[in-house]
Amino acid sequence: MKKLFVLILALALTLTACSSGGGNEDRVVNVCGWGENIDPDLIEQFQKETGITVNYQTAESNETMYAIIKQGGSDYDVIVPSDYMIGQMIAEDMLAELDFSLIPNYEKIDSQYKNLSFDPDNKYSVPYTWGTLGIIYNPTLVGGEIDSWSALFDTKYAGQVGMIGNPRDAIGAALLYLGYSVNTTDEAEIREAYKLIADARDAGVYQGFFMDELYDKMEAGETAICTYYAGDFLSMHSNNSDLQFVVPKEGSNWFVDAMCVLKDAEHKTEAMEWINFICSTEACLANMDYIWYASPNAEALEKYPAYYEENNGESLDEELFQVMAAPKEVLENCEAYLNLPSETLQLYTDLWVDLRI
Amino acid sequence: MTKKTSKLNQFFMALVFLFLYAPIFVLIAFSFNDSKSRTVWQGFTLDWYVELFRDREITSAIGTTLLVSLLATAIATVVGTLAAVGFFNMKKRIRRPLMTVNNIPMTNADIVTGVSLCLLFVAFFGVWKDFAGWLNSMGFQLPTRLHMGFATLLIAHLTFDIPYVILSVMPKLRQMDKNLINAAQDLGCTWMQAFWKVVLPEIRQGIVSGALIAFTMSVDDFVISYFTAGATTSTLAMVVYGMTKRRISPKINAVSSLLFVVVLTLLVIVNVREAKQEQKK
Amino acid sequence: MGNKRAAFAVPYVGWLALFVLAPIVMVVIYAFSAADGGFTLENFSRMETYAVVFTRSFKLAIIATVICLLIGYPVAYMISRETARFQRIAMMLVMLPMWMNFLLRTYAWMSILENTGLLNRFFEAIGLFQLINSIFGTNIEYFRMINTQGAVVLGMVYNYLPFMILPIYSVIEKLDVSLIEAARDLGANSAGVFRKVIFPLSLPGVLSGVTMVFVPSVSTFAISKLLGGNNELLLGDLIEQQFLGTAYNPYLGSAIALVMMVIVVVCMAVMNFFGEGEEQAVML
Repeated sequence: MKKLFVLILALALTLTACSSGGGNEDRVVNVCGWGENIDPDLIEQFQKETGITVNYQTAESNETMYAIIKQGGSDYDVIVPSDYMIGQMIAEDMLAELDFSLIPNYEKIDSQYKNLSFDPDNKYSVPYTWGTLGIIYNPTLVGGEIDSWSALFDTKYAGQVGMIGNPRDAIGAALLYLGYSVNTTDEAEIREAYKLIADARDAGVYQGFFMDELYDKMEAGETAICTYYAGDFLSMHSNNSDLQFVVPKEGSNWFVDAMCVLKDAEHKTEAMEWINFICSTEACLANMDYIWYASPNAEALEKYPAYYEENNGESLDEELFQVMAAPKEVLENCEAYLNLPSETLQLYTDLWVDLRI
Repeated sequence: MTKKTSKLNQFFMALVFLFLYAPIFVLIAFSFNDSKSRTVWQGFTLDWYVELFRDREITSAIGTTLLVSLLATAIATVVGTLAAVGFFNMKKRIRRPLMTVNNIPMTNADIVTGVSLCLLFVAFFGVWKDFAGWLNSMGFQLPTRLHMGFATLLIAHLTFDIPYVILSVMPKLRQMDKNLINAAQDLGCTWMQAFWKVVLPEIRQGIVSGALIAFTMSVDDFVISYFTAGATTSTLAMVVYGMTKRRISPKINAVSSLLFVVVLTLLVIVNVREAKQEQKK
Repeated sequence: MGNKRAAFAVPYVGWLALFVLAPIVMVVIYAFSAADGGFTLENFSRMETYAVVFTRSFKLAIIATVICLLIGYPVAYMISRETARFQRIAMMLVMLPMWMNFLLRTYAWMSILENTGLLNRFFEAIGLFQLINSIFGTNIEYFRMINTQGAVVLGMVYNYLPFMILPIYSVIEKLDVSLIEAARDLGANSAGVFRKVIFPLSLPGVLSGVTMVFVPSVSTFAISKLLGGNNELLLGDLIEQQFLGTAYNPYLGSAIALVMMVIVVVCMAVMNFFGEGEEQAVML
């Protein structure tokens, strides 16, 4: 018993010594992305091809990622946040400018995903995935088709709607329904949108404010209507083919997740190599097949239907592909999120707390 | 105390255990589901168990979790027991405030403990950078940039594990008959011998319970680990929380089911062995 | 044992100062700071708007604690009367669920409680709804259990019940049997024995259990999100929002946490005062 204890103690001390500073001879890159957002084989492939060890960690939301970086406690090199968060990080000088000479695959990215509103000179980010926010619904339970954001606020569907648990998306949906921009800073407009949600909640329209619980709820038929992201719809659809996805006629939000490098990252060269690898067509194809989110790589998008057929033995449903990679007409009706000024952000937070206080 | 149990009692206990284990059975059942859904059954499969071992992120997280939990428990048990003995011997005046401070990790929300420790470490790293830089300018070769990693994770776990051990051992110390030590010493033992042979067996159950609770707290902790583990170390609970953006993969169900089966098997083995030993007597 | 032995605790006291006190000092500093670094009471002025959340959290935590006590005490008592082997196995079985990932267990409860979940499907299969509809003339298809405060309390009870059972069992198990026999010899019936001998002596365990359930219940966060439908905020959610949520405000978060900590410490002090002179809640 005593010997075992001494052994454990010795092991502890050696491990502790090892982890706090040694091991710098091997090349390493620390990545932080979303959970289940990358094909694990890609990580293995990268490590084999380049010899760089990848430490892949996951965050559950943009805000979580932001918090841990702001605390100073993380040592990430590459992070993969969403558009508005990138805008915020650029404004707070948290990102490093990319060295595009180390990212030749960048030219494969379709030009419509370059120089986006949150990074106008495209100095800090390389797009990773993109998609649209839309309404997912179960026609059988709802008894018809839906094509407007009004479905989220209609008492006709009381007790069947799962509102999204993210203030920007929720208030954004209301703003779109009212005909305003999702990036408005007009307090009156935002409050009007908020009132719409609060009234609907009081009238019992919502079951609750959900995020990933929606997967199970939609598939089981527990919730009939919700708003969520395109790629996630495809995942739900595979378990319940009744479900439908629609980008409402009032327009919607289209989002981009992009890879960035932190300003004080220690392994910048390795970070660029990782980004370059992920941009390559083969990596994009594999990733698309795994996470069902569209890649911004133009070549990969073109080749995907054939790739899917090869891998899965059946041809890709045209409609589903259009949900995954929304065609130009749909995108023109959509807005991307901008980073809002801090007073507006504070308003969003206060309203979101008021809603559930 | 009589050892009679009525049918009603047994029924009540069965109900409570059913309550405790209903979700466990559900999550084990869905680890065999041929889809990621937790509500729609698509068929039986062992795929998740296979994929689990191929998933480097999960397997390394399991390793880290076990390592940090076992280590933290082992160290906390020793330190906690010694500290409990120390506290027990202090004057009430000094002991009281110390015990209040000791209870703080328990009374504080996890997230506050996690964040405050993170801030502490970051502040320390900042100070170290300057200090090491100054030393380096005099010819030393120290690393200036420290990272959060296994060491900080271990420290954080120890910080919330030790109080549980202390709170387990203290009452046992109090329950113990003080005269036992005096008796042992009268019979010729040194204090150390008296401690090992007399005190420890008396408080053993407290130590074991404390260790068990400390291990449980460590294994399932998420928030504190999240803030103190750094970019290169992940525990299983951290990986699971990261998955909640998309959906928790049934691979996690598989991991939990395996853990359940392993512990259950250990329990059965230990009990069978003890039954055999009793038979021999 | 002489007071020299008190020196055993000195290394740990150093540890406490460094890793418990210092972070708390940082939390206090943050609570009184503003983003630009000055001293401010602004964070505390917002507490009034959050009073509802405080009362709700404490109310639910108290309900959960009482339920845990009502279930946990009898279970602990019954287990203590079984054979030694049963007791050991029972204790392990009580602890075992806590080694399963907390999130996973809460998701499993969702599967059980949802409108289309296992319980409702079971009730439908045995014809319970048909029976109720025919008796009362209603038209229900399911019981609404999820996304309610009740589900949140259930989640709290489920997660923290073992922490009530263990301390109470530990104390009852060590009770001096001769005391009980003496009470019986003096003419007390079972109820009297329980009321005047067993329960008072088990009080340290009860206090410990109550602490171990109440404190985490007050600050829990994932349970209200998953089982309560994210419809109402609890203290844990509120604090989490400041550190991990939409507006990163560690100062407000620290202030809320500080207030919560103070209230909890006061509650525990009151409880200990009633604890027959024990200086702090006994653990196990």
